[in-house]
Amino acid sequence: MKEVYPAPDRDKENTQSCRRIGDYAIIGDCRSAALVHRNGSIDWLCWPRFDSSSIFARLLDSDRGGFWQIAPPADSGFRASRKYVGDTNVLQTNFESNSGRAELTDLMPVMREAAKHHVLTPDHELIRQVRCTDGEVELEIVFHPRTQYGLHDVQMRQIGGLGVQLEAGRGVYYLRSSVPLRLESGRATARLRMKRGERADFSLTYAEVSPVVLPPLGDWTCHRVEETIGWWKRWAARASYSGDHRPAVLRSALALKLLTYAPSGAVVAAATTSLPERLGGSLNWDYRFCWLRDASLTVRALIGLGYYEEAGAFMEWLLTATRLTQPELRILYTVYGNDSAKEKLLHHLSGFCDSRPVRIGNAARKQVQLDVYGEVLDAAAQYVFHGGEFDRATQNAIVGIGRYVTEHWNEPDQGIWEPREGGQDHTHSRVLCWTALDRLITLADKGCIANAPVDVFKNEREKIAVQVKQRAWNAHLNSYVDTLDGSDLDAALLLISYYGFESADSPRMQATYRALREKLGVGDYLIRRYANGAAEGAFGICSFWEAEFLALGGGSLHQSQNLFEHLLKYRNEVGLYAEEIDPDTGDALGNFPQAFTHVGLVSAALSIHERKEGKVQLAHREPDAQEAQQAA
Amino acid sequence: MNWASWMLWGFVATLIMTTLEAGSQELGLTRVDFPYLIGTIFTPDRDRAKVYGFVAHVLNGWVISLIYVFVFEALRRANWWLGGLIGVVHALFVLMVVLWMMPGLHPRMASEHSGPSATRQLEPPGVFGLNYGVRTPVSVFVSHILFGIILGAFYHLKIRGGL
Repeated sequence: MKEVYPAPDRDKENTQSCRRIGDYAIIGDCRSAALVHRNGSIDWLCWPRFDSSSIFARLLDSDRGGFWQIAPPADSGFRASRKYVGDTNVLQTNFESNSGRAELTDLMPVMREAAKHHVLTPDHELIRQVRCTDGEVELEIVFHPRTQYGLHDVQMRQIGGLGVQLEAGRGVYYLRSSVPLRLESGRATARLRMKRGERADFSLTYAEVSPVVLPPLGDWTCHRVEETIGWWKRWAARASYSGDHRPAVLRSALALKLLTYAPSGAVVAAATTSLPERLGGSLNWDYRFCWLRDASLTVRALIGLGYYEEAGAFMEWLLTATRLTQPELRILYTVYGNDSAKEKLLHHLSGFCDSRPVRIGNAARKQVQLDVYGEVLDAAAQYVFHGGEFDRATQNAIVGIGRYVTEHWNEPDQGIWEPREGGQDHTHSRVLCWTALDRLITLADKGCIANAPVDVFKNEREKIAVQVKQRAWNAHLNSYVDTLDGSDLDAALLLISYYGFESADSPRMQATYRALREKLGVGDYLIRRYANGAAEGAFGICSFWEAEFLALGGGSLHQSQNLFEHLLKYRNEVGLYAEEIDPDTGDALGNFPQAFTHVGLVSAALSIHERKEGKVQLAHREPDAQEAQQAA
Repeated sequence: MNWASWMLWGFVATLIMTTLEAGSQELGLTRVDFPYLIGTIFTPDRDRAKVYGFVAHVLNGWVISLIYVFVFEALRRANWWLGGLIGVVHALFVLMVVLWMMPGLHPRMASEHSGPSATRQLEPPGVFGLNYGVRTPVSVFVSHILFGIILGAFYHLKIRGGL
């Protein structure tokens, strides 16, 4: 392996004008995540948590963000393709140039808890391993960290055989490399010529409160790669889904697992902040927090796939995280159940494709969104239906949430789409308040919660049902509408059937579906979330809601399968979705990868499979004996 | 020597010093973690290492406080500034000798000269513990001086002719 200097200025070669959100793939260790571009550049990494500040943020600013690229020279005309190694979150990028091929493997190592008793393990590590697989390949390595979302350059120093040390804020990074690196102007660079069979290993570690553990390279790195591949494969093999779309469902499950913060069980909405819902626009939000809204769908998806342990951990987080604010629930929490940071604008970053502003923190944390009560209590019911139990304190807390709903369901709120304007009487929120009381009544009937004022709950549930049926139905439009006495449509109305408020084959839901498709449909397969969302893309999960609505009786099995299969075409090459889909180009828009969209995919796939098998939707029935046994 | 006074104030001073060091870590002032460093001598398991190391560190501090007490008894005086002065010497010893020797003594610590290996992966402290953050010497000095001040201020000399 030869070294060749100097390395070129890759900042200039990789302007965002040629970048697409779908060009990224994610790696992670259930604590933090990094986004890797198809050109071998890590353009997003926040340590130690998903919502920590970044060391690489070229995703949000090509000049200032910081990155770590390993790739053939841009002028070599290389071609890149990538894939995950089987059912894992280990990414493999293949570079092909005229002279040869190289394979870059990127991962954040994970290992069994039991194994951690026997070896020292870094708090946080990212491994990159590049191997020449054919001919001869020239490679450039440019490591250019910038901390605090690109605000500061980092001083690097070589510490003997330990590697390159970077002191930054509270913590310290070490970059270890099996090839010599040249340090200059806040960068570490190298240029190599590799022959078939040659390999170079890199390890970036981070520690905040203790001395760093510095893993050796070489065989040890190979061992860590194999161990991580094995860990993910074993986890994926546990999925009980046996339907027609197992690869897509498993990829979504792997994305959800990666977005889970293992120490607490929380699932973050996405790994990124401020990827735009409209290129060049201002709809750029920080999604690195946990939304309670995603709860019931996520719990249901995990249970449906047989991941009872993860569902239980998430449920535990859900009830623990909300304890300080119960019976009132916030919209979003950090992975440890605290308030998210105040929303701030990062003016020094130009944003993805000049989409400003870049935000960190999320102002939606102070909004009133009454639907979360239904989502949390539906998740609780799912959990209990599948073998979970609540202690007396939790039962009291759940009943307390129910009482809160009986007192507040008739108030305006900001609703599921979190507009920054004032509140309205959202139909979806009313239906979810109905769901909250309905699930509590069921839990009380089954003896799973004590001291519930069932008569009060039944009375209020009835009042909500009457109000929705009378005032959320617009006879002129022949459809349910987004707000009481309103005249606009909302794709979230598809969930009315999901939560069991009204069956999907009822005349009203059929009419509503036709209206939604006519007014919000984009082409034959995509759907916008609401009418005035024309400036943004089609909302990913809404399209999966549509497929699920069809599977729940709103259409035929063939229709639902057909739609589902078309939606799969909007995944990127490694099977990931962002929040939205550009209806014109099919490109991903919004934060990436988005847990909500992947939850929607899993949920729709489960409902399609259940329909095919002639089963009732899992969300509204007791598990059969086999499922109950698995859950136990 | 006043054994009872040593046992009480040696223990209290060690606990306060340990708490102060942990606080410095939590505040991001330093990454030096004596319980973890000591504990990983016995086990690679991070959680267990912290427990073992904590116990060893407390016992160690308790024993070392004996040296302070011997000095107080030898000089026939014990006060806060004398304790603090011994604390300065103690901190210098830790920074210049103990941390310097650690890569050679610790079975799991890497060395700057040879780098990490399969068995030695723990970051070495470097000169004055600076690898663990530039404020490490300050943290070590403050915690050890406080350790000495507590001992000097509260330790009661053995009364001549007494027990």
